[in-house]
Amino acid sequence: MIATIGGWVGGRRRKKTAGPPAELLSASALTWLLTTLLLAVAPRIGELPVWLTLLFVVGVGWRGWIAFRNKSLPSRWLVLSLGLLAAAGVLIDYRTLLGRDAGMALLAAMTACKPLETRSQRDGVVLVFLGYLLVMGNLLYSQDIPMVAYLLAVLLVMLASQVMIYRQHAGLTAFAPLRLAVKMVVQAIPVMLILFVLFPRIPGPLWSLPRDAYQGRTGLSDEMMPGTVSQLSKTDEVAFRVRFVGDMPRANQLYWRGPVLWDFDGRRWARIDELPARPPAGLIPEGAALDYSVMLEPSNRRWLLALDMPASPPPRAIMTASFQILRDRPVNEVYRYEMRSYPQYRTGPLNEFQRSRALRLPESGNSRARALAAEWQARDSHPEALVNAALALFHDQDFRYTLTPPLLGGDSVDDFLFRTRQGFCEHYASAFVFLMRAAGVPARVVTGYLGGEPNQVGHYLIVRQADAHAWAEVWLPERGWVRIDPTAAVAPMRIQEGLYAAVTDPQTLPFLVRRGGDSEWLRQLAMAWDSFNNAWNEWVLAYGPDRQKEFLSGLGFGPVDWGEMTVAMTVTLAGLGLIVVGLRWRAGLVRQPVVRAWSRCCARLARRGLARGPHEGPLAYAARVAASRPELAEPLGEIARRYAALRYGPEAAPAEVRQLQRLVRQFRA
Amino acid sequence: MARSLRQRFEDWVTRGQRPSHVPIPLTRRRIYILPTRYGYAFAVLLFVLFLWSVNYSNSMGFAFTFLLAAVALNSMWRTHDNLLGLVVHPGSAEAVFAGQEARFGYRLENPGSTPRYGVGVQWQDQPPQYVDVPARGSAVVTLAIPAQRRGWLRPGRIRILTRFPLGLLQSWSWVAFEQSVLVYPCPRGQRPLPALQTGGSGGGVGEQNLGSEDYAGFRPYAPGDSPRRIAWKAATHTEQWQVKRFTDQARPELWLDWRLLGIDNVEPRLEQLCQWVLKAESDGLQYGLWVPGQRIEPAHGDSQRRRCLEALALFGEGGR
Repeated sequence: MIATIGGWVGGRRRKKTAGPPAELLSASALTWLLTTLLLAVAPRIGELPVWLTLLFVVGVGWRGWIAFRNKSLPSRWLVLSLGLLAAAGVLIDYRTLLGRDAGMALLAAMTACKPLETRSQRDGVVLVFLGYLLVMGNLLYSQDIPMVAYLLAVLLVMLASQVMIYRQHAGLTAFAPLRLAVKMVVQAIPVMLILFVLFPRIPGPLWSLPRDAYQGRTGLSDEMMPGTVSQLSKTDEVAFRVRFVGDMPRANQLYWRGPVLWDFDGRRWARIDELPARPPAGLIPEGAALDYSVMLEPSNRRWLLALDMPASPPPRAIMTASFQILRDRPVNEVYRYEMRSYPQYRTGPLNEFQRSRALRLPESGNSRARALAAEWQARDSHPEALVNAALALFHDQDFRYTLTPPLLGGDSVDDFLFRTRQGFCEHYASAFVFLMRAAGVPARVVTGYLGGEPNQVGHYLIVRQADAHAWAEVWLPERGWVRIDPTAAVAPMRIQEGLYAAVTDPQTLPFLVRRGGDSEWLRQLAMAWDSFNNAWNEWVLAYGPDRQKEFLSGLGFGPVDWGEMTVAMTVTLAGLGLIVVGLRWRAGLVRQPVVRAWSRCCARLARRGLARGPHEGPLAYAARVAASRPELAEPLGEIARRYAALRYGPEAAPAEVRQLQRLVRQFRA
Repeated sequence: MARSLRQRFEDWVTRGQRPSHVPIPLTRRRIYILPTRYGYAFAVLLFVLFLWSVNYSNSMGFAFTFLLAAVALNSMWRTHDNLLGLVVHPGSAEAVFAGQEARFGYRLENPGSTPRYGVGVQWQDQPPQYVDVPARGSAVVTLAIPAQRRGWLRPGRIRILTRFPLGLLQSWSWVAFEQSVLVYPCPRGQRPLPALQTGGSGGGVGEQNLGSEDYAGFRPYAPGDSPRRIAWKAATHTEQWQVKRFTDQARPELWLDWRLLGIDNVEPRLEQLCQWVLKAESDGLQYGLWVPGQRIEPAHGDSQRRRCLEALALFGEGGR
């Protein structure tokens, strides 16, 4: 795509000799254009390579200097080679010209070089079009409210520049193009809203995207090593927001289930690829259901978070045998889905494959832990007793819950259990599952999020990356998979009151996760802002193909397909068009001086009891009035004749219209 | 071929319109609107932005794309309204020589309360001249129309157009006025002025020694004699009008005579005569003109010059 644009921008160069001389771009239009381009690239300045930023500033500044000092433009060959060099630079820096980052850099490079050969209106239009692409590029990085507001302002300046290209004459004052741009955008908003709501959304992507498309997303990963979860706790980015139907469940039920990890290689826990559970995972609910909707922030991962235990997957997603919800493609937009979970549950039997997988340990290593497990097993081989033994270990010994644990050696479980005894949830979950497997109890690690912070303004729950958590599940013969959170044995506050209350070193936590203190009011303000953001996410950013169908069905039309949406959109747009045309037509009629003069004349007669019937044409009306008021025959006849000629005849000359107006002014009924 | 097709299309579109004597208001019925090539490029850009939004499931991308589309729609209405209601007044033009440009002034009147920006006036394929028309005001555009041949030049149809505000669409209207300007032949030719004659005839047609200074008696009137020379006092007494005769020794006269030129073609003859007229006028001579069917008595001054040039311009056309 970028390549096509490049060809198009370059292609203009060759055609320049043909045709009538292109009209030159005025200095004021150029100033507007350069300002716009600077504004459009500004949000990306920090991310672009330094040389490219410099090139951009130099290119735009040089062109401004040329315009200001009335110098001549650099030779076309110089500009062309500069452009090629810049493209080569992008290729070297990014090793590609495709994808979001390289594409954006290439766009910036072209925008830096193009002004240096800009002289005609046509070049100006190319610059404006590049500017629109830059605005779009910025939206791929952020769709937050402040960024969208900024880009809207840039768009206004850009439209004003486009007006300036064609408005070279002195007529417009400095801010008139901007005022015009604002007017146009305001008037365009109804149509935009209709298109936004009703234009049938196609689930993307249409073709596979380059890998860098969604770089830099923080969140859970599909493996766990010591440090992966605690790393997340340092960021207060929002992971997702949840709105419950009915009351919010208790804090100790808020286990948001993410990737389930089965395989351990001595240091790393990893997911296994699972097919959808067939038959469905075998959940036996034992209590009331919880219904809620989740607004998931982009994660570039397929999994969807759900409360323990989800009953069934939302549309376009599957549920695996580990009760993990996987979408058909990675979540790269704010994605909203509805879920039902049962906090009280049992699960079905374990098959042989799962049992062997849930007991598998590396051949060797961590011998002290294995020995401890064997000792427990010898004492009481009942699974529940084994679980309690492990929890008692964490609770009774001097284990500490901290975000900054010391580094672990090769036998990480042994090292943690018997030497450092300081760790975050992933250390406890990992060691616990290891001990269980060593003692012959099927167990697995579950990662996800725990808790969340209620937003009192918007009545929803915010779950941040800092709420990331890891826990364990063991399989007990009577109850199936049972959640055991070994962290609770060490730091019960983590479950009841959240991370802030639980860690022994709270100053390492990000600002929004802390509680109390002097800046509490600031956090309250942040909550209000977050609820605004949530509404934005819920109603605007998450408005994709699914939400659109749901929304339109919810309006009472029943299920809608894209054909019906197209019809609805066309009808609504046509309706809006008719309203506008009707208003303009009426305004036009009233504005028409001929009609206005005639209706004034009729109104005067109507006050004398001689109202014109709706069926009467002007001449017939004049004849009727003349019959009852002979003294009016002559002036009224003249007016009626002229009115008929001007209204229905060929186009009227202004002088004749003025004559009619004069006659009407003099007419006394 | 393409051009003549276009011309024929324009003729067909404007077939109902007669050249007008009076100012023409631009009504809805007369205004046409189509995208410019930037408009088509913009449509492609919108499509690219749309694909981009779909591919990245970018909600604000959709909003941005749709907003741009809606702004383009809005600009369509504004481009149309930028012409609506303007009144075009024809202007007069001064006579020119063939090969020069006739300058026609057109006044654009804006009776409305919104100013109109970037309104262009265009004749055939010439680049348009742009003006701004203030609210309740007017602006004048002068078109330079090349006068290629002598005779009456009628600019005919002109185009009023605008691309304001975004340049994505162009609206235009064709107007034609009953408007013309006389084009004199191009003054061209190397021949020296013919010899001066004292009281000479226009190549033997007139009388000897005719002048305007010294009175030299009467002779009977003959058609073509200047009315100023008729002896009106004497005409009251006699049946036959008498014409005063003068001898003019001091200011000899010059006959610019078609028959003196042994050139075959009409146009080079006229061009040479035209050149002579200008030369004689600037030399301060008394000169007369004889072309088949018309004879202009010798005289001097602007009106003589104009009379001669008009005769040359309209030669063979039977007047207007």
